[in-house]
Amino acid sequence: MEALSKIVTAAAEAAAGDEKNIAAAGSAGFAYGLAAIGPGIGIGMIFGSAIESMARQPEAAGMVRTTMFLGVAFTEALALIGFVVVILLKYA
Amino acid sequence: MIINSILSFEFPPINELLRWRDVVPGLNKVGLIAIASALIGTLLFLSAARKDPKVAPKGTRNLAEVIVEFIENNIIMQTMGRDGLGWTPFLLTLFLFVYLCNVPGIIPFIQMPATARMAIPMFLAVLVWVVFNAQGIRHQGPIGYFKNLMFPPGVPKALYILITPIELISTLIIRPFSLAVRLFANMLAGHLLLVIFALLSEALFQARDKILIPIGVFPFFMLVFLTGFEVLVAFLQAYIFTILAAVYIAGAVHPEH
Repeated sequence: MEALSKIVTAAAEAAAGDEKNIAAAGSAGFAYGLAAIGPGIGIGMIFGSAIESMARQPEAAGMVRTTMFLGVAFTEALALIGFVVVILLKYA
Repeated sequence: MIINSILSFEFPPINELLRWRDVVPGLNKVGLIAIASALIGTLLFLSAARKDPKVAPKGTRNLAEVIVEFIENNIIMQTMGRDGLGWTPFLLTLFLFVYLCNVPGIIPFIQMPATARMAIPMFLAVLVWVVFNAQGIRHQGPIGYFKNLMFPPGVPKALYILITPIELISTLIIRPFSLAVRLFANMLAGHLLLVIFALLSEALFQARDKILIPIGVFPFFMLVFLTGFEVLVAFLQAYIFTILAAVYIAGAVHPEH
């Protein structure tokens, strides 16, 4: 508890001086969070359906797994582009 | 920053995390890792090729056979079918190079995936782009290839206004771009996560306030957990990169009817 309260007071002290930096970091994090919503839902749906079909038809598991990874790769690209944009915004 | 006032915690500039010092002018450690992974892959297969093929395989030959079988059964047969087996050498090289470039991200004291620099994924993506376009042109002729690409069959005529630009951009620009960015961003994100948790646990373990020291166990646990996770990611990204290359080549060789 003592440690936590120390962190909180230090954060309050730092926030006074570093408002602009904190706002920039916050908005970069917010941007990535937005970029991750859609792909998160999409990947969840892909894995859910893949597990369901593997359970129904275990002999097709190999084919389903390959197609699942393809789907994941295409969906995940959006979140990763969001990550790259955040890096570019922050450092480029 | 917030943490600086309690801990002596300084997040290094991004360039220092990614660029490193030059070993000799013009060649930094990332380049060294890339060269080493190319050499390791080549030497592995050269030494496997020297073994007697008539006796039961062991050592490097066993390893090489496992890799070849993995590429043939799990990548080519699933995406290109039997007549794609001639692509084994290309896809095997691609897979092995990407994997050996990813793996240094989790090897202690090296801990830098060479693919976390844009140059290597971009070069590999451009290579795949050239190969699948050249294969498409070779198998369908330049006119047939671009006709199939821009006007996919089985679409109502009016929709071509929408479909043609989308297909053209997605095949010729988005494909290599997303292929490169997927590999690069995955490895960079993993590398940055490891850096952040390593720095945080170091700073907490060396905190001036003794009460903060036990908290350092949590980031350290995350560090160990994420290192294990990166083992998986390194393999998965190499696999996905190769399988996408196979899908693109198969799509160019056998067009939809």
